Amino acid sequence: MEKKTAVYVCSGCGIGASLNIDPLMSISKEDYSVPVCKSHECLCSREGAAMIKEDISNEGVNTLVIAACSPRVMYDVFNFENCIVDRVNLREQVAWCQKPGEEDTQMMAEDYLRMALAKVEAMELPVPFKPEQEISRDILVVGGGLAGMTAAMEASKAGYGAILVEKEPELGGFQKKVGQIATFPYKDLKDNRIISDLVKAVTSNPKIKVYTGAAVEKTVGGPGIFEISIKQNGSLAEHRCGAIVMAAGWQPYDPGKLDKKLGFGLSPDVITNAMFEEMSFGGNVTRPSDGKPVARVAFLQCAGSRDPKHLPYCSTVCCTTSLKQAVRIKGQNPDSEVYVVYKEMRTPGQAEDLYRKAQESGVLFIRCQDPEVKAEGGRPAVEAADELSGETILLGNLDLVVLATGMVPATAFGPDIGKELLKAADEEKKEEDLDVPLDIIRRSKILNLDYRQGPEMPALRYDFPDSHFICFPYETRRTGIYAAGCVHRPMGIGSTLEDAAGATMKAIQCIELTSRGAAVHPRAGDMSYPEFAMQRCTQCKRCTVECPFGAINEDEKANPLPQPTRCRRCGVCMGACPERIISFKNYSVAMIGSMVKAINVPEEDEEKPRILVLACENDAYAALDMAGIHRMTHNPWVRVIPLRCLGSMNLVWIADSLSKGIDGVLLLGCQHGDDYQCHFIKGSELASIRLSKVSETLNRLALESDRVRFETVSIIDYPKLPGLLDEFAEKLVEIGPNPFKGW
Amino acid sequence: MANTETQSILVVGGGISGLTTAIEAAEAGYDTYLIEKNPYLGGRVAQLHNYFPKLCPPFCGLEINFRRIRANPRIRFFTMAEVESIAGEEGNFDVTIRLNPRYVNEKCTCCGKCAEACTMEIENAFNYGMDKRKAAYLPHDMAVPARYVLDPALVKSADAQKVKEACPYDAIDLAMETKTMNLKVGSIVWATGWKPYDAHKLETYGFGEFPDVITNVMMERLAAWGGPTQGKIIRPSDGLPPKTVAFVQCAGSRDQNHLPYCSGICCLASMKEATYVREQIPDAKIYIFFIDIRATDRLEDFYVKVKKDENLHFFKGKVAKITQDTSGKALVLRVEDTIAESLQEITVDLVVLATGMQPNTSDSPLPIQVPYDDYGFIAAQSAKPGLYAAGTTRTPTGVAEAVQDGTAAALKAIQSIARR
Repeated sequence: MEKKTAVYVCSGCGIGASLNIDPLMSISKEDYSVPVCKSHECLCSREGAAMIKEDISNEGVNTLVIAACSPRVMYDVFNFENCIVDRVNLREQVAWCQKPGEEDTQMMAEDYLRMALAKVEAMELPVPFKPEQEISRDILVVGGGLAGMTAAMEASKAGYGAILVEKEPELGGFQKKVGQIATFPYKDLKDNRIISDLVKAVTSNPKIKVYTGAAVEKTVGGPGIFEISIKQNGSLAEHRCGAIVMAAGWQPYDPGKLDKKLGFGLSPDVITNAMFEEMSFGGNVTRPSDGKPVARVAFLQCAGSRDPKHLPYCSTVCCTTSLKQAVRIKGQNPDSEVYVVYKEMRTPGQAEDLYRKAQESGVLFIRCQDPEVKAEGGRPAVEAADELSGETILLGNLDLVVLATGMVPATAFGPDIGKELLKAADEEKKEEDLDVPLDIIRRSKILNLDYRQGPEMPALRYDFPDSHFICFPYETRRTGIYAAGCVHRPMGIGSTLEDAAGATMKAIQCIELTSRGAAVHPRAGDMSYPEFAMQRCTQCKRCTVECPFGAINEDEKANPLPQPTRCRRCGVCMGACPERIISFKNYSVAMIGSMVKAINVPEEDEEKPRILVLACENDAYAALDMAGIHRMTHNPWVRVIPLRCLGSMNLVWIADSLSKGIDGVLLLGCQHGDDYQCHFIKGSELASIRLSKVSETLNRLALESDRVRFETVSIIDYPKLPGLLDEFAEKLVEIGPNPFKGW
Repeated sequence: MANTETQSILVVGGGISGLTTAIEAAEAGYDTYLIEKNPYLGGRVAQLHNYFPKLCPPFCGLEINFRRIRANPRIRFFTMAEVESIAGEEGNFDVTIRLNPRYVNEKCTCCGKCAEACTMEIENAFNYGMDKRKAAYLPHDMAVPARYVLDPALVKSADAQKVKEACPYDAIDLAMETKTMNLKVGSIVWATGWKPYDAHKLETYGFGEFPDVITNVMMERLAAWGGPTQGKIIRPSDGLPPKTVAFVQCAGSRDQNHLPYCSGICCLASMKEATYVREQIPDAKIYIFFIDIRATDRLEDFYVKVKKDENLHFFKGKVAKITQDTSGKALVLRVEDTIAESLQEITVDLVVLATGMQPNTSDSPLPIQVPYDDYGFIAAQSAKPGLYAAGTTRTPTGVAEAVQDGTAAALKAIQSIARR
């Protein structure tokens, strides 16, 4: 596209009172030969927007620099189709946070304008990625239990096909063995018809292809164009699919591993909650040892759960399950004595009603942190120190002891591939390699992904492939693959139905976005994608290793094989590449580089240092806006460039900045570590790791390492920002001017 | 994928559930209307300082959601809007929306001149009435839409003209009236959320009588920079930082006289708020009075982490009564210590009542017949054909579950359209 650039400067909202607009006009006209340069006292007004639209249609301008308010506001007014648009934030980040009428304020505005002009010069309109293959609108569902069958049904109801793969010979999963359920509204127990109804619906649905006794042998490709090999009875079936719902379920915690005190194995009458379900399916509960009726039963909660030696987490549903089973015993024999020995009774929401129902049914509750199961004359007994009465109670002569064991996700089984890779890598480890934190990926044989970074979903805490984000529970580290049900996190029936629908929604959305060439969350709709200038690639593997989403495969010669439909467009690969061969049409190393070059660096004797701030565009940049909205004055030496993610920061920008005389570089990124807040998972962490290696560059330039700093900033840290910028500026004054000024 | 041009989805409630439903559906290619009764999007989460367990700010995720809205012309949102009536059926609903006057039009640039000129102050509902704000105001720092609001009291006052004249952009329209708007939609998702249980009803706890008895939602505002104290946790009575703080769990929850159910989040919220206090006031002592600590799933880790703090005392027992001590400066809690089987008196500087979540549908039901449970929650996700409930209209949930449910509801709404 042949660019015709126009610059529009707004003088409203205090911009005109703070800045001299004329020099901005002449910079555009004279220094950058911009053919159309206009100012307006309220650019966002109907008249202002009409003026721009007129220039687009009459003058043929297609590249717009709008110097007005923050890009975070008035986005609908300044949205011009098929035009390259950049917003210069003269309001929040200049006029509202700088002293009006000062030389420094004017210089800042002029720099921002130059930077924008350099930026649009380097920008192209993105062309959406279209894979050669046709996009498939089918969804692969792995796991034929409650979550998987629900997902398949939900997909079909929205008009999408589903391929359902279940490893057991029959559909149904764990719930198939459950006779009675306790779910909303939790007033009483219900017969479990959910599974039989679902099996009927799924197997008779023409949009759902079911494979039982089958497994996914291999998953190749990416969203929209996954190629799936399914193994069933020794033969292979091939399918294409657009997205995947992983509903591989869970296993009960192995009772053989429990502490001896809990007495599993002591007597056949000491069982687990899962065994209780099987035993009671379709009939009355009897003593496993001799089939006699049960009259004295104890339930022991948290058997192996909330225990750092076993499952450190709470499986959420065991309290409700034990209450259900207790009520069931009471229903079967109202004269029976039923005890629930618990640590904390956890019945959130309306499930509290079931707790009340159990109490009304005469179930007795003992709060005890450390019960012990004993054998007393052949019959099991439970000794429990009751916290509430302060007495130690011996529940002797029990017919049944039920241990409430927790849930282990299907992803928790198998060796960690990361460790295997690490071992292999150790042998050929090069010194300059970065210590990129590796994901835990277990060979759980659920998806068998043909991905460079391992065959399964990365496991998060306690091996759940959950999202780490409270606000985005379906944010996934493998694009187009969404976990649902108890493999996602421990949950009951109601939540599983929702989760299956939610994951299916995300799968459908992924297919629709991919078919348009657009990115999925969090940059949903972004049409740009990274392109690799392969002739300059040195096969260093940094892009393939560092991609947080496993979007880049590798050939045997270590050439990157990008899979654009897996890409989340964060730019981590672009930041990682030492040869700078990775670029987006509208975001590139060269583009940011030329923005840095456009900054005017005054001579040393002018005593006007310059600080480049590279800021996460979602959080730190928004926080700078907030500081402006509150009219908090900040340091006039800073020049801010927003980045898609700090992980896209390429070290060459730092070298370029310092070698042109900029006094310091400050990175403002999101928190990393255990409670990381970076929505590209590792972006801010990678930036800080890269920074730790920057001292080499600084040494080469004979510069102080204090000139470059990484600060963690969240979106609500705006009250701290002016102080943080000033403090860095003071440090730079202390160090003295960058000797490269004027070179 | 039939009828996507003519069929759209209405989402009622712009909190985290409704916001999610609208955005998820729009990103899948469906036209969506989002209706919110407040002058801003974000709902209750916008009033939280941090989320548990990561202690990260809700605005980070909200900003991402707002970016998603900015990037997606399929979402049209209306603030200060409420549903008046619903007629029709799945695939063909006629909905009447009432648009309450903001007295500020789309010409507003958010420059703030109106607030500068305004002298009238009103109670700040965003900070749960703990401070005053100008009657011409931006609802909060990161409000979307970034547009001022005039309180009706200001509009009726003599000050109104002065405020109007202060606007350089002719954005104030004092004659703005309530309008109605009719929408034709294929399906509806109801996500009107919750409100904190009214602590005045807890007669023995002295809320409203003793200024230093506050609620958990108020504590969020005390900790937030945009709150009444610019983020400083102090006693409302004398502005001093509290040296001892008591969190009273199940304040009205799991109680047949108030909310018989468990709100599921209050234990974690109190632990989170305890960390706010401990960070600001290093020697502060904290008591958490509880029945059961409900930290489900991996949130257990947060409980384990918080429990390690030696200044934090978990106390199994129900608080019977809160009174003032004789000096009138401290609060005395009478607690039944269920473990020691005794009645104890504990004196503290500040009490935080962990009140539960009450569904807004319990006193503002839908304008159309749907089933409710005993507590006013909508009793089914598919409340009626084509009309779905999401988030805390169905059950008390945390944020992640609300988003999960909001996402699920988006699919249900799409299915209603696909069926046609």
